[in-house]
Amino acid sequence: MVSSVLSRRSVLQLAGAAALPLSSSLLGGDAAQAAAPGTLTIAYNVNLPSFDPTVGASAVNPTIQSIYQAIFDAYIAQAPDLSFKPGLLTKWGWNEDRSKVTLELRQGATWHDGSPVTPEDVVWSLQRAADHASGNPIQFVWSKVGNYKIDGNTITGDVLEFEPTLFKWMAFLTGYILPKAYYEKVGAEGFEKAPIGSGPYKVDAFERNAFLRLKAHPGYWGPKPAFDTVVFKFVTDPTSRVAEMESGGSDLTFEIPYEEFDRLKAKAGLVGETTPVSDIAMIFITDVDPMLDRNVRLAANHAIDKKAIVDRLLKGYGVPIATLEAPGYAAFDSSIKVAYDPDLAKSLLGKSGYSPEKPVTFKIQTTRGFKPKDYEMIQAIVGMWRKVGIEATIEIYEIAQHYELRARHALAPAAFYNWGNAIGDPSTSTGFAMFGPSPHCAWKGKDLVERIGPLWGEKDEAKRIAGWKAVDKYIAEEGEVIPLFQYVQPIIHKKGLKVVAQANGMILPQLVTSA
Amino acid sequence: MRWGEVVRRLILIPPTLFGVAVIVFVLLRVVPGDPIAMMIPPGASSEDILRLRVFYGLDQPMLQQFITWLGQALRGDFGRSISVHQSVFELVLARLPATLELALLATLIAIVLGLITAMIGIHLRGRRAEWVVDGGVGILLAIPDFLWALILLLLFGVLIPLLPISGRIDPQLDFSFRSNFYLLESLLTGRFDIANALLRHMILPALALALPFAALVARILKTSLAEAEDQDYAQIARARGFSRPEILLREVFPNALIPTVALGGVQGTLLLGGTVLVERIFSYEGIGNMAIDAVINRDFPLIQGLVLTFAVLFIALNLAVDLVVTLLDPRLRHG
Repeated sequence: MVSSVLSRRSVLQLAGAAALPLSSSLLGGDAAQAAAPGTLTIAYNVNLPSFDPTVGASAVNPTIQSIYQAIFDAYIAQAPDLSFKPGLLTKWGWNEDRSKVTLELRQGATWHDGSPVTPEDVVWSLQRAADHASGNPIQFVWSKVGNYKIDGNTITGDVLEFEPTLFKWMAFLTGYILPKAYYEKVGAEGFEKAPIGSGPYKVDAFERNAFLRLKAHPGYWGPKPAFDTVVFKFVTDPTSRVAEMESGGSDLTFEIPYEEFDRLKAKAGLVGETTPVSDIAMIFITDVDPMLDRNVRLAANHAIDKKAIVDRLLKGYGVPIATLEAPGYAAFDSSIKVAYDPDLAKSLLGKSGYSPEKPVTFKIQTTRGFKPKDYEMIQAIVGMWRKVGIEATIEIYEIAQHYELRARHALAPAAFYNWGNAIGDPSTSTGFAMFGPSPHCAWKGKDLVERIGPLWGEKDEAKRIAGWKAVDKYIAEEGEVIPLFQYVQPIIHKKGLKVVAQANGMILPQLVTSA
Repeated sequence: MRWGEVVRRLILIPPTLFGVAVIVFVLLRVVPGDPIAMMIPPGASSEDILRLRVFYGLDQPMLQQFITWLGQALRGDFGRSISVHQSVFELVLARLPATLELALLATLIAIVLGLITAMIGIHLRGRRAEWVVDGGVGILLAIPDFLWALILLLLFGVLIPLLPISGRIDPQLDFSFRSNFYLLESLLTGRFDIANALLRHMILPALALALPFAALVARILKTSLAEAEDQDYAQIARARGFSRPEILLREVFPNALIPTVALGGVQGTLLLGGTVLVERIFSYEGIGNMAIDAVINRDFPLIQGLVLTFAVLFIALNLAVDLVVTLLDPRLRHG
């Protein structure tokens, strides 16, 4: 018999000897890589597709704006309560007859490469934004001012078409100042690879779909941020974000399921905060049968117990609303009410020949998992409707399909959606959602076109806001949309941090401090 | 497999890729979800919408779009990502090495684990303890890779926090790489500290991908070993006085390896497909994670580029497996 050179014992001994140093080195040290002092790590819910905050689809994605606002400056800054305050512009306004705008640039601001921010940068950014060729999605606003002139740090421009929300847009989507000289030198692709802004943080390292590391900009004009380094970890899966917080891998996260939020905030070392944000849940009503029947629309409104939905499905994290203007918005009117009244709903349906025994039928479309408890909410609403005489069938689809159908005016008679409005102006909520010619509107009724049309260019601000409130009241009386509730954003962070919650839903690392 | 067969397989690659391209091109434009509808600004007029369609080439008939895209693809230009505004080719090239390294590590783990498990299983053949091995393999096989990803994330990231659970590398690490093959580069340049940091991030997603594959390798190999052990040549070797370990390693194992490589290699393509969900769960920046974002954003050019990339990888893997099987099996080499 030939003896084996390699016995079983010696094989196991060798394997163990090899495995020991390998495993101890892999497992050695803190698993949750302990952050360097002065570093804030945020588990962020979306990836960053592009660094240019003024062009393309990402420029109009509200969720990415927190990152843009850390790197770039908006023309005008926004306070946590949605009000506006000086940013790179210290003063702004129209002249008396609204034919000119005047902007005053802050002195002493610098780009991340140390060069000064100049009025030429402001003018170039505005002209670029107004140019169709640049691909700025909000070009239709920026193009309403032109013929800019510079006098010292003051910039004036001609109002080509009055836009009452112009200065609000300067704090909103694509309202960022970019460096003219640097951008022209490196081009669009070069800017994507090495972006510079004038914001509190500059880009230090970027791994697409992984992380973005920012370092404090020493020449920033505003208050020095508390954290020298900020890391945005792109953790798109909510379960993984929860795990990040539990493992200690991140200091802060948000947009997690409310049940997980309640569980995490009870854990030692973690703190939970919530704040109502400028984002609402709503059901679009499309102007097709049976929604052309006012009784059906109003019945659908009155049959929904919004408070019960918020309390039971959303664990109390939500604020029921009666119009598309949430509390804090410029045209919010607390006197407009749509009562939960199932008896009234039955009576209205009865007038049109419907009853629980002979219900009106239609389809309602919804996403599933796109917003917290979206599908479950629609299920609950369908149940409430069934009791009064509405039999709705639920169709689940992806958000991409919703956008396509909405653009083609092919949504079902009812469709769930959420509507964000970071500037809180009625034109960007009621306006775009309910004005017939808007590609985002499902109700194309002439009644609203006639009522909303004049408000777009109304120069008297008080009259404009009053006009929008009247439109909201009319919409509520006609039941042409079903507002549900204002979302509340759950934020979880490590103890020892102080986070300034923003009503526009942004998480601004420059405002996070040590408690 | 003779050289003629190899050449035949290589010739079939372009029409295969063409077929994949046609299918994915048509499907993307037929299924619901219009990328332009997703980026329409609030006050867009119908002219604005048309302008966007023209800008992205989506105003043309589908056949014209395909011809334009095909012509560019043959020149190595796969278009520009709608969501990222960068060349699809560059984006895929930047992220593909991450997936390849992860898949390779997972395959190595799977082979080693599978081999060890199969050898233990065959050693315990006929004994009660064999049931434990078979049961363990069954459990590993029954749980899909994405579920393993969640289990490992919770187990070693949260309950017993030993390893990082997101990303490819620690964001705090200040090290610039010359290539996108981070692990390979750090090993070749002797930066074992960086390699260690990378492996710490890769181990959990690699294990998630490896465990079901390891179970498959173990089951196929153990079955093949058992069959081969019952063959005449093995019986004769036993009669001549060779020890069981010797017979297993020298006589049985090489023969059992052939069906294992053949079947296991095909299943290996599933491991590649599994990277999509596993990379997402661990926020690992490979092409799998990128594919999910591309689909959510209806980024047609990027989806097309990624699907073709996966197709090329699957074809290459199958060809490689067939070549290895031919090398192992002299009957195939000589027809």
